[in-house]
Amino acid sequence: MLQAQEKFSDLDALYSPDAKVATSMYENSDLFNEEMERIFKRTWVWVAHDSELADKGSFKLSNVGLEPVIVVRDRKGDVNVLVNRCRHRAATVCEVKKGKTSSFQCPYHGWGYGLDGSLRGLPYPEQYGEDFDKGAHGLKKLRTESYNGMIFATFNDEVEPLVDFLGPEVCRYIDLFMKQGGGFPIKVLGEHQFTVPMNWKVQLENTTDAYHFPVVHKSFMQSLDGDAEEAFKFLDTGKGYVEDLGNGHSVMVMIPERIDLDENLDDPIEERFQPLVQELRDEGYPEDQVKKIVRAVGGAGFNLNLFPNVSFSLAFFRVLTPVNVERTDIRHIALGMDGGPAAANRMRMRLHEHFQGPMGFGSPDDAEVWERVQRGTKGGEDLPILVNRGLVDEQPGALGPRGHISAETGMRAAYKMWKRMMSL
Amino acid sequence: MNMMTKTNDLALLQKVSAFLWEEAALLDAKDYGTWLSLWLTEGFYTLPIGEGDDFDNQLNLCHDNDRMRRDRIQRFQQGFSISSAPPARTVRTVSRFVIESVEGDTVTVSSAEHVIEDKFGRQRVWAGNMRHTLVASGDGFKIRAKVVRLLNSDGMLNSFSYLF
Repeated sequence: MLQAQEKFSDLDALYSPDAKVATSMYENSDLFNEEMERIFKRTWVWVAHDSELADKGSFKLSNVGLEPVIVVRDRKGDVNVLVNRCRHRAATVCEVKKGKTSSFQCPYHGWGYGLDGSLRGLPYPEQYGEDFDKGAHGLKKLRTESYNGMIFATFNDEVEPLVDFLGPEVCRYIDLFMKQGGGFPIKVLGEHQFTVPMNWKVQLENTTDAYHFPVVHKSFMQSLDGDAEEAFKFLDTGKGYVEDLGNGHSVMVMIPERIDLDENLDDPIEERFQPLVQELRDEGYPEDQVKKIVRAVGGAGFNLNLFPNVSFSLAFFRVLTPVNVERTDIRHIALGMDGGPAAANRMRMRLHEHFQGPMGFGSPDDAEVWERVQRGTKGGEDLPILVNRGLVDEQPGALGPRGHISAETGMRAAYKMWKRMMSL
Repeated sequence: MNMMTKTNDLALLQKVSAFLWEEAALLDAKDYGTWLSLWLTEGFYTLPIGEGDDFDNQLNLCHDNDRMRRDRIQRFQQGFSISSAPPARTVRTVSRFVIESVEGDTVTVSSAEHVIEDKFGRQRVWAGNMRHTLVASGDGFKIRAKVVRLLNSDGMLNSFSYLF
């Protein structure tokens, strides 16, 4: 650790005060290992949404940085995040991606653990002697907190409470984002997963990058009807903005009229939602609720980007998991209305499939340019990567600078936090 | 099973195999215009995630009706999608045909598909179980449904610039 610390002591050379990123930030594996220790082991990392753990005993596998964890709801209803490693000889105790169980048993020698990670029993314990302390041999448990259904965990017992890490503006935007339940609780409907040969920070930058949208996603835009295409022309209208919300978080507002989905409910409904309107009317939903549900189906008008691994992007969660210095796993989690009309959830899923995932009209083009960044950094190691766009006219926002919709303000917010954490 | 039905079964199997091989060749050649003409308008082209089969009410990798199929092909061909300009090249084999049912003019056939893609000097291998619902039409068939279940559909995939 000491050696590594000396190696990366010049953090200004990696991310300069005038917002230039060194090429080695994407390709130095020692630096990557250092990031996993100093960032992913020390801060709050998103692991699950409440709806993925519907019942007592519900679990899913997740990751905190490089470490595989089990996220599980115990008999008391509390959510535990446990390192997926037997305390005896390290075998994983669970290889089922999600499901329901009453305990976890190691397949190697049969050590059994409760849903709270406590060691319940082991075969032939006598050989450990009479003073063997089962209480000291539970699965390693992470500190776990949640905000509005979003569950985070950390290895760092000293870190500030989750709500302080998020801060008031992030919490406000999370609450606004969750309004796309249309009056119903938000529910995870499924996920698209793909791995990309890129450094995790290439992804960290992207959800707060409106500048790329009309270029990379031109073919998606072309597949939209007139008014839907209009909605995605946020660079032309210039009404949106990007704002640094503190602690590495940022928001990119693309469609200001859709920040609060309860407002402007009398705006005309886009053509593409008309069949859904009819379906909901036919099912007997009152007109006010039809408007609210249809509005919610379209998603929020902003991307909220949390440092270091989760974004709330228009209508879905985007989660990144670093794998190695040149590989990052991406999950696009589809959201719907728990108990809401099936027709509305069907449309949410079709919209998700339209843009997201391995066969979407958007994600494959994103993945291509992210990989091109990683490939490009093989040349010109002395050339900086620029994230200084929009510095020219940034204004003060509520907690940090606010820039033009195409400004790289959100990336600078993330890199500032990166630097802060790497210097501690 | 008497000899006569067996001969008929083999003839049908041969006819179905020829159709699926022709489809596979079109997809490798990226002759999407001809591929679109193989479809009945009401057909769905679906790549599900996991084992579920209520495609309308679950999240899939894709679940394309006629409009989405055409939009998808247009996206591939217009040259504005960086991942499809150029796309990965593919070589595929389709085999292990099993005729699951014959009802009137409709045949349901399952098969195995292996696709190898090449891009950026890197090759990737994909395997999937396919099920086609084919409707007899003239000398051949039209596709009413095609479902491709990738072996790792619920795992970490990559992005695809071609069809399965």
